[in-house]
Amino acid sequence: MNMQKIRNFCIIAHIDHGKSTLADRLLEFTHTVSGREMQAQLLDNMDLERERGITIKSHAIQMKYIYKGEEYTLNLIDTPGHVDFSYEVSRSIAACEGALLIVDASQGVEAQTISNLYLAMGHDLEIIPVLNKIDLPGADPEVVADEVIDLIGCDREDIVLASGKEGIGIEEILNAVIEKVPAPTGDEEAPLQAMIFDSMYNPFRGVEVLFRIFNGTISKGDKIKFVNTGKEYEADEIGILGINQMPQKSLMAGNVGYLISGIKVAKEVKVGDTITHIKRPCQTTVKGFENVKPMVFAGIYPVETTDFEELRASMEKLQLNDASLVWEPETSAALGFGFRCGFLGMLHMEIIQERLEREFDMTVITTVPSVQFRALMNNNEYQVINAPSDMPEPTFFKHIEEPFVKASIITAAEYVGPVIQLCMEKRGQIKNQIYLTSERVELTFDMPLAEIVFDFFDKLKTISRGYASLDYEMKGYQQSTMVRLDVMLNGEVVDALSAIVHRDKAYEWGKRLCEKLKELVPRQMFEIAIQAAIGTKIIARETVKALRKNVLAKCYGGDISRKRKLLDKQKKGKKRMRQVGNVEIPQEAFMAVLKLD
Amino acid sequence: MVDSVVEMICKELIMRRNYLKGDPVVETIYFGGGTPSLLNLNQIEKILNTIYKNYSLDLKEITIETNPDDLSNEKLAGLNHLGFDRLSIGIQSFHDNVLKFYNRAHNARESLESIAMAREHGFEKLSIDLMYGFPYADHSLWISDLQLALTIDPGHISSYCLTIEPQTALGKWTEKGKYLPTTDDFNADQFEIMQAKMKEAGYIQYEISNFAKPHAFAVHNSNYWKGVSYLGIGPSAHSYDGQSRQHNVANNVKYVKGLMANELISEIDRLEREEIINEYLLTSIRTIWGTDLRLIQDRYQFDLKYKKEKELNLFHKEGLLVLEDEKIILTEKGRILADSIAEKLFV
Repeated sequence: MNMQKIRNFCIIAHIDHGKSTLADRLLEFTHTVSGREMQAQLLDNMDLERERGITIKSHAIQMKYIYKGEEYTLNLIDTPGHVDFSYEVSRSIAACEGALLIVDASQGVEAQTISNLYLAMGHDLEIIPVLNKIDLPGADPEVVADEVIDLIGCDREDIVLASGKEGIGIEEILNAVIEKVPAPTGDEEAPLQAMIFDSMYNPFRGVEVLFRIFNGTISKGDKIKFVNTGKEYEADEIGILGINQMPQKSLMAGNVGYLISGIKVAKEVKVGDTITHIKRPCQTTVKGFENVKPMVFAGIYPVETTDFEELRASMEKLQLNDASLVWEPETSAALGFGFRCGFLGMLHMEIIQERLEREFDMTVITTVPSVQFRALMNNNEYQVINAPSDMPEPTFFKHIEEPFVKASIITAAEYVGPVIQLCMEKRGQIKNQIYLTSERVELTFDMPLAEIVFDFFDKLKTISRGYASLDYEMKGYQQSTMVRLDVMLNGEVVDALSAIVHRDKAYEWGKRLCEKLKELVPRQMFEIAIQAAIGTKIIARETVKALRKNVLAKCYGGDISRKRKLLDKQKKGKKRMRQVGNVEIPQEAFMAVLKLD
Repeated sequence: MVDSVVEMICKELIMRRNYLKGDPVVETIYFGGGTPSLLNLNQIEKILNTIYKNYSLDLKEITIETNPDDLSNEKLAGLNHLGFDRLSIGIQSFHDNVLKFYNRAHNARESLESIAMAREHGFEKLSIDLMYGFPYADHSLWISDLQLALTIDPGHISSYCLTIEPQTALGKWTEKGKYLPTTDDFNADQFEIMQAKMKEAGYIQYEISNFAKPHAFAVHNSNYWKGVSYLGIGPSAHSYDGQSRQHNVANNVKYVKGLMANELISEIDRLEREEIINEYLLTSIRTIWGTDLRLIQDRYQFDLKYKKEKELNLFHKEGLLVLEDEKIILTEKGRILADSIAEKLFV
């Protein structure tokens, strides 16, 4: 295939700005898929993704398009739209020469879009700006176009006006891709150098690897190697991705394809890794590879303690197709056996929880999420803290450090005040404030990651009436006075309710948590003291009064068996509760911390 | 219809004469459940005669449940003549508005008259039912009901809390938010008021809901709580032979038709050892005699004291129960939580 006739491009867009619908139109217009075949928003083919209206994992699809009498091959590489997956986005971008920047003509540019745009520009991608949803009554193409021009320095006439819903501007987009996006370069004869930008798990065929070839040629049956993992395989099947997989004998530099080589475990396939031949390896790997690191940690426990093995099996299966999920066994006095899991972010954590429920029918208790803190010990070594129980005794360390991020927030000018206030409450320090237009402002903060992972985004949305957008990147560790806050029920610490919080916030946190628990812990035979404590110091207390009366009045002949069955049922129901000392704790209580507002 | 039910009751009495193992001596007869006083004297006599003819008897107590409005001089004279020596009267309250709310056919005046009449006819063993938990701003109505009841001094008082069942008018109102049920705390207060007043008047709380002067404990009901076998006859009646519980079909027509064809339509619930222990536990723990640990050990080979040591110690420490002569006996504080305690001790 002539490399000059290939175009590799991705789409950069904010959630809800119409990426998926527009992608559908491109597929229809190029006859890659007929309207009848079209499942709404084809690229998002996981149930969960469709429901959440965002693309969680990226995919790729190849289209054929005749332009001025010549057939071109267009590879559209989809990108996930959430900050949890920013590394994957960077790898998708690295596989392309061009990007469609899709901006909702009524909403304007959002923070996430900007950071991905910068990523794309950093990779020298040709940017094709597209104003979408121009058919909407609220569209303001003039103002949004100004914003885009400011952002990428293009001319007004470079901007394509489109509507995925109405099919407006589709041909113009395709033409712009061919005219403006450079053809890939590379040497077909050079040693193989291809980059993995995504993988999918197929229970029957193993892991399917998506890759972009920068140099060389890969053929079916080749002996290949993944450079970073060092694992070697045979290319059982290679091919291109149309609406279905289309096997090929070989694929050459500049192209995008899939590889199947009997890989059983997703962990072996690392996004960003380089594929090369064993016999004639490339001299350099593709730049930018990183091992994905979990950002948020939480315990996951089965609701029924007896389901631990089943949960383990489910987690193992999940890990087969989600390499970014990491876990190790953990024991809690309150919850029994479970797992300490690392997630890319809160969304990822929610997805894992939902997938456990939907795909494996496992109901789980998730404990207070935490970021990775570290303690500078007295011997000047760092100790990693992934869970409250990892927190060393104060006498053994010099100080605690916590991860900070550089957060960028774009909001309408009228909400600048409340946004700044929220960020200050979250221990943020304002670093910069730029007016993108007279109406829209970009604010930059240094903030603790721990403050962002909880409910920050929801709060931000609320105070800005849904208009503020957020992006962040890791900045490194900073010293912080973090403390472990314990919750005690009748004097016994409930380990699963402990959390690492900033000293200045511990009092408020403890107070609210105690209040919430008071609502959730039912009255029992004894009075229950709910206390929040730092070390031995009690900082908050609530009391659940003892149950005053629990006795059925009538208990004669016919009532006896009925009563026995009722009590039996109650007793069984309580088995789902967790016992700490003499206190029974319902599952909801363990989730209470997630719902503090 | 009533006649045919009575006829079939007599037939069932004959059919099941050997239900209770080893031909034990019948100590008590109890006409209860629903409104047995609807039966006329002839019908009652027929049933009693069938019992007298077919069972070995050493009767200590013959009770009938009645409502104030169906007790006339004639009825009382007749019941007395038939051998009844104990009347249980469903008074519920001495306040007309409360009775109306409970959907009762009688009023307070009839209640007072019925008690007086019963005494004139020589009934010494009287029991009255009272209901608490009526939604009211304070406890004054309940206190006056208790005071009046204790002034009348029937010797035996059973008292139940108003409970809201889903399939009743009250249940529907509650569901729709038209009726706000009283809180557990409110009911607990009334229960405690009752415990205090009864104690003051010399009434012993020999079971959670039953108070009596020392000589006036109900023999029949006490046997339920002691795990004694009993035979229940008639539609919806429950029986217990020590190993299984059995209850007859509730529908009168089905009951009659079945017996006409010489078939008793009933369900038998054979109890596992653990279930028998649990049932004994949940009933016996309600009484002043308590749960006999030796009995559980001897009869069912189960060492409850050892197996539930942790729970028993905790409850003891909290002042909910005492252990006396190998019997678990609830304290006044423990009685109000009897179900929670029983549940924790369930094997």
